[in-house]
Amino acid sequence: MFTLRVNGETHSFDGDPSMPLLWYLRDELGLTGTKFGCGIAACGACTIHLEGDAVRACQTTVGDAAGKSVTTIEGLDPEGKHPVQRAWRAVNVPQCGYCQAGQIMQAVALLKQSPKPSDADIDEAMSGNICRCGTYQRIRVAIKQAAGA
Amino acid sequence: MTAHVQRHSDFVIQNVSRRGLLKGALATGGIVLCAQIPLGRASVAAGAPKFGADGMPHGTVNNPLAFVSIAPDGTVTIVCHRSEMGQGVRTGMPMIVADELEADWSRVKVAQATGDEMKYGNQDTDGSRSTRHFTRPMRECGAAARMMLEAAAAKRLGVDITEVEARNHEVILKSSGKALGYGELAVEASAMPVPASDKLRLKDPSRFRYIGKGGIDIVDGFNITTGRAVYGQDVRVPGMKYAVIARPPVMGGKVVSFDAAETMKVPGVEKVVEIPAPPSPFVFLPMGGVAVVAKNTWAAIKGREALHITWDEGAHASYDSKAFRSALEETAGKPGEVFRQEGDLDGAMAKAAKKVEAQYYIPHLAHATMEPPSATVRITDGKVECWTSVQSPQAAHDLLVKALEATPENVTVNVMLLGGGFGRKSKPDYVVEAGLVSKAMGGTPVKVVWTREDDLRNGFYHTVSVERLEAGLDATGKAMAWRHNSVAPTIMSTFKPDPKHEANWEAGMGLVDMPFDIANLRIENGEAQSHTRIGWFRSVSNISHAFAIQAFAGELAAAAGKDQKDYILDLIGPARILDVRAAAKDFWDYGENPDTYPIDTGRLRKLVELLAEKGEWGRKLPKGHGLGIAVHRSFVTYVAAIVEAAVDEKGNLTVPRVDVAIDCGPVVNPDRIRSQLEGACIMGLGVALKNEISFKGGKVQQANFDEYDMVRINEAPGETRVHIMPHEFNMPIGGVGEPGVPPIAPALINAIFAATGKRIRSLPVGNQLRA
Repeated sequence: MFTLRVNGETHSFDGDPSMPLLWYLRDELGLTGTKFGCGIAACGACTIHLEGDAVRACQTTVGDAAGKSVTTIEGLDPEGKHPVQRAWRAVNVPQCGYCQAGQIMQAVALLKQSPKPSDADIDEAMSGNICRCGTYQRIRVAIKQAAGA
Repeated sequence: MTAHVQRHSDFVIQNVSRRGLLKGALATGGIVLCAQIPLGRASVAAGAPKFGADGMPHGTVNNPLAFVSIAPDGTVTIVCHRSEMGQGVRTGMPMIVADELEADWSRVKVAQATGDEMKYGNQDTDGSRSTRHFTRPMRECGAAARMMLEAAAAKRLGVDITEVEARNHEVILKSSGKALGYGELAVEASAMPVPASDKLRLKDPSRFRYIGKGGIDIVDGFNITTGRAVYGQDVRVPGMKYAVIARPPVMGGKVVSFDAAETMKVPGVEKVVEIPAPPSPFVFLPMGGVAVVAKNTWAAIKGREALHITWDEGAHASYDSKAFRSALEETAGKPGEVFRQEGDLDGAMAKAAKKVEAQYYIPHLAHATMEPPSATVRITDGKVECWTSVQSPQAAHDLLVKALEATPENVTVNVMLLGGGFGRKSKPDYVVEAGLVSKAMGGTPVKVVWTREDDLRNGFYHTVSVERLEAGLDATGKAMAWRHNSVAPTIMSTFKPDPKHEANWEAGMGLVDMPFDIANLRIENGEAQSHTRIGWFRSVSNISHAFAIQAFAGELAAAAGKDQKDYILDLIGPARILDVRAAAKDFWDYGENPDTYPIDTGRLRKLVELLAEKGEWGRKLPKGHGLGIAVHRSFVTYVAAIVEAAVDEKGNLTVPRVDVAIDCGPVVNPDRIRSQLEGACIMGLGVALKNEISFKGGKVQQANFDEYDMVRINEAPGETRVHIMPHEFNMPIGGVGEPGVPPIAPALINAIFAATGKRIRSLPVGNQLRA
């Protein structure tokens, strides 16, 4: 039994610590904003923040998060006013939208590390996040917009 | 994407609620039954061929009582009856209604229809049809609601209806400027008779508020960016269990026996359910297998890993896509069934100054929607409720009725957001799975989750094809003779036993409607059998047909020593209406009337010219860069693309810039046209560069994105510029969702040739440039 913080709330967990955080968040906590896309860390749809760093929830176990702080898309800014979220809407980035929570979480982590990312920085940081609808051009624009460029 | 599976009668009976206009169109109670012949339908004589929306099951409905409700506070709720999968239909359809309704968009809410075509008209969200088929009925729907509001205001004010006018969410008395809000008129308006279709006053397009204007954000933007948007995979129902299914690894395989002892030891696993194999042809039925039901998805996945299943792999266990390719190539070398013939091909070939031939290969593709398929079903007292992301909610409904032996009125299909569709979610096998597993669990709500491996291994794949082209050029380089033999298993193999040829609606996708001005031609189709489930994939047969034809056009330009763009204009020839009905039997024009939507080579020419100008054709490029062009009509829309390819000395390819031009007739939501073309460009690049599903021993060899990778942001074009051909709102509307894909791969291949002198004839490009 251990505890972890998810979006500021403390949860105690006494199940199998090897359970992927993805399924704990989605099935147990009902935080379905974190999406299932591949289960092998190849698409980025399940990107969340663990202690502020972008990680794939499908390859992070609940045990990995013991005593740590997890942020999902629901907890990024409950009112949706994070500059990245605003930029995403201003540019109308999403098509189907399924991958966008992961894209946004990845972009937020990028901007924390590089507040003024270059085109190459963006392509490198975001290349683990697949968008099957192909919204990449708008993702680039939105990240620059959120960076205040 | 045509309607093969005809359903019910064409007569439309609507369940409409008179209180709906007040209480919400989705509210229950107060149901009255009325019959209505939708507009357009009445004018179609019995037995005459039906085109457009009239040819689709349940046609269209334009009744505002089905689509519009107004709350006392003035909030207008508009029902979207088509599925949202990223194309923007939940923004576009309501926008059209709101425009004619003179509604203030900021006070409009969008509600999603359940699967109920009797009430809403056709809901098959595929074939690039929503805007094409429903702009008119949705305008009528909005206009009728507006006129009912005006009638209510006139009655209350005791004036003639001509004395009032609806304007921006109010009805105004013209003489005094007195305004009555829509909210305060809602109750009285709902009691007004619905105007007859022929009495509707549609707006003059010059007065449109939203249609064609742009600047409207997608309606689900807030929910998507905050994690609140609910897709099929995200559905949660109290007491719900989670299931994953071990399906036969080879199409048509069956469970011989299985041992679930280890599975039942996995903590959280509750039950194992065998799903029977379907009879052939499989249509949209589940493939059978063993379902593991658990208290969460992870336990279900682990439980499935612990299953021991002995399979009878069946008749297709020898399917090997490498060997199959050789067989297709052999067939392509022989005469096929003639689909279109003009002039004297053999005579012209004999006289040709130069002959060119090439053979192209396009492999199977998987849709790989970001959201793998998923459905949740609950059965309570004979009432079946389903929540799922599906492009065909009525088909899902009807399949559940059949599979669960339920009565139609007891089955409800709630349509969630689709995390991508691309044709995969037109085939609701996963919905039936959820129904069967819930039934086996005594009606307990069960969510069936497909993993990525399930999605890639048990899909309905894009067909595989070999396209053989031969041309004869005269001494000036002009094409005098053209033979095309297309060999590809047909989608009809999913619907009927062992068909050997492409259906007319596959041949109509770029093969027999080939628009070039060549006097002597023969278009053939060789026999091919299918050994896996074949289904519609965004743009369908256009992908292979356009790839081969447009890449071959590039080869001919090179053989003639001419500029690609000039040569393609020569091939298209003079502006004319090309009618292939005499030369191509059973010509299919995307279900439309070829007189309404003719093949207009003038539009093709103008589009190429617009693109060449905007895309700066012939611009000076660095060493190792090249431009390629392609143009293709599909879904009664014209799209042309210029791709710039850059290949370094090691054979690494990048795409610095793509220009795409579209002529889809009048525009409803320009921003979503742009986004569709930006996305189609990425999907087209994936088809060209990376995507291939292969088979060995009847089994798909790719399991996940590590083996079937998508184009990623670092591989996306440096820049994609979209150019929309402007039109007045006075001509038929074309499709948008699909036509952007087909020209991308051939334009890229032509660009690679310009950059390197290498001809790629087999997709994907993969590492061919590195060889």
